[in-house]
Amino acid sequence: MDRHDQHGTEGTVLRLLAAAGAALMLTAGLATPLDPAPRRAEAKDGEQVLTVAVAQSVDSLSPFLAARLVSTSVHRLMYEYLTNYDPKDNHAVPGLATEWEPSADKLTWTYTIRDDSKWSDGKQATAEDAAWTFNKMMTDEGAATAGGSFVANFEKVTAPSPTELVIELKKPQATMAALDVPIVPRHVWEKVDDFSEFNNDKSFPVVGNGPFILTDYKADSYVRLKSNKSFWRGAPKFDELVFKYYKDGDAAVAALRKGEVSFVSGLTPAQAAALKSRQDIAVNDAPGRRFYALAVNPGARARNGKKFGDGHESLLNQKVRRALFMAVDRRTVVDKVFQGHAVEGEGYIPPRFSAYFWKPADGQRIAYDPAGAARLLDEAGYRKNGDGRRVGKNGRPITYRVLCHATDPQDKAVGKYLQEWWGELGIGVSLDCRDNVSDPWLAGEYDLAFDGWSVNPDPDFVLSIHTCAALPATPKEIGATDNFICDEKYDELYDRQLAEYDAAKRADIVKQMESRLYDTGYMNVMAYPNAVEAYRTDQIASITKMPEAAGNIYGQDGYWSWWSAAPADGGGSSDGAGQTGVIIGIVAGVVVLAGLGAFFAVRRRATAEDRE
Amino acid sequence: MTADATPSPVGRTGGPRVRGTAYPGYVAGKLGGAAVSLLAVLVTSFFLFRLIPGDPVKFMTGGRQVSAGQLASYRREFGLDLPLWEQFTDYCGKALTGDLGTSYQFRAPVMDKITEALPNTLLLTGTSFVLYTVIGVLLGTRAAWRNGGLGDRLHTGLALTLYSIPSFWLGLLLIIVFSVGIGPVPGLFPTGGMESGGEEGFAYVLDVAHHLVLPVVTLVAVEYGQTLLITRSALLDEMGGDYLTTARAKGLRDDLVRRRHAVPNALLPTMTLVFINLGRTVAGVILVETVFSWPGLGGLFYQALSVPDLPLVQGLFFVFATAVIVMNTLADLIYPLLDPRVGR
Repeated sequence: MDRHDQHGTEGTVLRLLAAAGAALMLTAGLATPLDPAPRRAEAKDGEQVLTVAVAQSVDSLSPFLAARLVSTSVHRLMYEYLTNYDPKDNHAVPGLATEWEPSADKLTWTYTIRDDSKWSDGKQATAEDAAWTFNKMMTDEGAATAGGSFVANFEKVTAPSPTELVIELKKPQATMAALDVPIVPRHVWEKVDDFSEFNNDKSFPVVGNGPFILTDYKADSYVRLKSNKSFWRGAPKFDELVFKYYKDGDAAVAALRKGEVSFVSGLTPAQAAALKSRQDIAVNDAPGRRFYALAVNPGARARNGKKFGDGHESLLNQKVRRALFMAVDRRTVVDKVFQGHAVEGEGYIPPRFSAYFWKPADGQRIAYDPAGAARLLDEAGYRKNGDGRRVGKNGRPITYRVLCHATDPQDKAVGKYLQEWWGELGIGVSLDCRDNVSDPWLAGEYDLAFDGWSVNPDPDFVLSIHTCAALPATPKEIGATDNFICDEKYDELYDRQLAEYDAAKRADIVKQMESRLYDTGYMNVMAYPNAVEAYRTDQIASITKMPEAAGNIYGQDGYWSWWSAAPADGGGSSDGAGQTGVIIGIVAGVVVLAGLGAFFAVRRRATAEDRE
Repeated sequence: MTADATPSPVGRTGGPRVRGTAYPGYVAGKLGGAAVSLLAVLVTSFFLFRLIPGDPVKFMTGGRQVSAGQLASYRREFGLDLPLWEQFTDYCGKALTGDLGTSYQFRAPVMDKITEALPNTLLLTGTSFVLYTVIGVLLGTRAAWRNGGLGDRLHTGLALTLYSIPSFWLGLLLIIVFSVGIGPVPGLFPTGGMESGGEEGFAYVLDVAHHLVLPVVTLVAVEYGQTLLITRSALLDEMGGDYLTTARAKGLRDDLVRRRHAVPNALLPTMTLVFINLGRTVAGVILVETVFSWPGLGGLFYQALSVPDLPLVQGLFFVFATAVIVMNTLADLIYPLLDPRVGR
C-alpha cells in the first residue's frame, strides 16, 4: 500500500507539472511565431511601427473634454492647431494658420488658414472648421470643458472666407499665437448631440488632419495611430505609432530591454543608471518643463476680502520667508534628492523656455547661508528661547506644518532635509503628507507646501495663478489661485504683459514679474526636475527633441518627436537567429513533454485495473 | 454519498430534512439575509466614499486653466451642488434601475466602464482560480494523506514560501526571467498587457492566451498555498475517524478510502474558501494587474479612488460587494447539499 501510494503522489505531481508545463510551453510555442511584439520596430507586413510605453489612462479622446497629458498628446498628433511651437526655441510657428496679425486696436486677430491641409476623409480643412470649433466652445458648456479658458476673452469668431479666420476679443490678449485648441472637422462633429459625454472613441478611423490618424483604441491597452501620408508638412517616417500601456515602471523598462517598446519615459534615477550601460539604448536626461518649489501660505483670502485658513503669522514677515529659503541648500536637493537629474532652481520659469527664463542677479540672489538666515530671523524679532527654539509673537515655539504629497518620494526626502536645516535655526517642521492635499490646500490650512507646475511655451497660465483675480470669489468657492498670492505690483505687471503684443517687450515684463515673485518670497523654486527617458537606438535612428539641442521627447508642445522619428535600418537582425533558436527549443520541449505525457498516460492505463 | 460509512447521529433524517420542509425555510432565510446585505452595501457605498478627503472637481481640473464659472459648472454637472440627501435619493433611484451614474474622469457611464473591464478581470482571476483551487485541493489531499512524509514537507514548505511572497515581486521576477530572458532562458512571453492589438479570430485567442500565462502563473503560485493548507488540515481532522478504519477493514484500497470517504467529508472548509475566493475574483487583483498592465477592475478601482471619482468608486464597490454576497449565499445554499448536518 505504501509503495503504491508513494508512487501515486509522485505520479500526480509529475502529471500535474507536465500538464502545466505542456500548457505553458504550448502557449508559448504556439504564440511566439505569431507574437507581433516588435523585436525590431517592424510589424509582420514590413510596416515600421513605433511603440511607446505609457502609463496614464486616457480620460477622453474628445478634444473638447481631454485634460490629461496622454490624451492631449494624442490630440496634437490627430488634429492641427492654429499654431505650433518651434522645436528650437518654442516661438510660435505656423500650424493650420500660416500667418496671424492683430489689428491696430489690438482687439481683432486675423489668421490666414492654409489651403493644403486636408481631412483624412478627403475634404478640405478650412477657416470654417476653425470658426465652428471656437464658436462651439463659446456657446456649449459641454464643449468648453477642456479649453473654455482659451475662448473666455473671445467676443466673436467668424470665417469670412475658407482661408481667413477672424477672432474679435473683449480686451487685448497677447497669447493669441498660443491657442492650444485642436481644430476639428465641422462636417463630422456637428453630428454630435451631447459634447459633455461624447468621447470620440467608438468609430475608427477618426477623421483628422494631423501627422497621424487614430485607427484604434482600447482603454488601458493601447492607442494606435497610422501615419497621415497626405500631411501638409510631410508624412511621418514610421508607418504606425502605438502607445502601449505599462502600468508599472519596471515592467515598462523590461519591455524596453526586450525591444517590445521603443521608448519609455518617466524613469527613476535607478532605472536610468541601469539602462545607461546598454549599447542599444540611449538615455535622455533632458531639462524638464516643471519647477519644484516651496510655496508659502500668505494668509488665505477671497476676492470679497474675507480671510480664512490658519497660516502661521510669522510667515507674513518677508525677512522670515527670506531666512527660511536661505537655509535651504538647493545643491543638496539636486544632488541627493534628485540624484543629479535636476537643475538648481532660480527664477519661476525653467531655463528651457529661454525667452522667459530669468535668474536673480548676484545682489538679489538668496544664496545658501544658514548663519545669515539665523541673523535675519533675529532681526525680524523671532529669537531663540532657553531651549534653543525660536518663538512666535504668541510666545510659543515655532513649528511649521509643511504640506507634502504622500505619493511623491521627493517631497518626503526634501521634508527630512527641511527638518534638519530649519531645526538648526530653532524652527520645527511637521510634515503633513497626504494622498490628496487639496482639502487643507484650498482651505489655507497649512504653513508651507511643496508645489510644482508644468510650464507651457506661453507662460500666461502659470503667471495667472498668482494674481488677485485668481482668488476664490468667496471663501466657500474655489479659485484658480495656486497659493493665495495677491500682490498689486505683480498684478499690474501681469495686465501689462497680457496686452503687450511685442514679443521682446512682453518677455521683459514677464521677467520683471518673476523678479517680483522671487523677492516677495511666497514661491521659492528649489529645482527644475529633468525629464528622464530612454529609447532603443536599434529601433529609432533619430528623433527631434524639444528644445532641439537638449530637450525632452515625450509630452512635447508639438508633434515634433513622433513626427520626426526615423526608423533604424537593419537593427536587431540577430534577433531572427535568436527567434529560430527559441522556436527550435520550444519544439524540442514540446516533443519531450508530449513523450512524457504519453508515457504517464500508458502507465496510468496499465495500472488502472489494479487501482480500481 | 457517505451515508454507508458515516455513523451519523441523526441517522437517516439528514437527507429528508434537506428535501423536506426545513430547506426552503433555510433558503428563504439566507436569501433574505443576502437582500438585506445588498441594501446595506448600497447605502454604505454612498456614504463611505464621501468620507474620502479631496475635492473631485479640484483634482480633475488640477494643473489646468479653469475659471470659477467652469468649476461651478462641473459641480452642477456632477450634482455636487445639491444637498447630500438629494444626491442620495437620486443615486438610490438610479441604482435600482441599473444606472450607476457617469464617471467624473472618463465621462462615460459607470456601467460601461465596469462591463468593459469585467471580462478582462474574470479571464485572469477565473483562470487562476480554477488552477489554484484544483492544484491546492489535489496537493493538499496528498500532503495530508502522507502527513509528515517528504512529499508533505516539500509541498507544504513550498506552498507556504510562495504564499508569503509578494505577488508584485514574483510578477516582476517572472517578467525579467521569462519575458526579457536571462542567460540561456529566452524571452518567451510578452512583458505586459492583455493583447498585442490588431489580431482577430483564433490568432486573437492565442495572443490573449500568450499574454495570460505569466499573470496566471503568478496568481496561482501565491494563491494555491491557502487552499492546500486548508484542505490539508481539514483532511487531517478527518483522518482519525472510525469510519475510515471501517472502510479499510472492508478491504477498500487506500486510494479509494481517501477519495470516496475521507475527502468528501473534509471538503466543507475548502468549499467555504472556494466560495470566498470566487467572490473575490470579481474585485480583481490590483498588484498583479498593475505589474502585468492587465486592464481590469482592480486598476480601475485604484484610479477611481485617487480622484475620488465617486460614481465609479460607488459602482465598483457595489459590484464587488454584490459578488461576495452572491457567492457567500450560494455557498450557504450548497452546504446542506454537501453535508446534511448543516442547516438543521
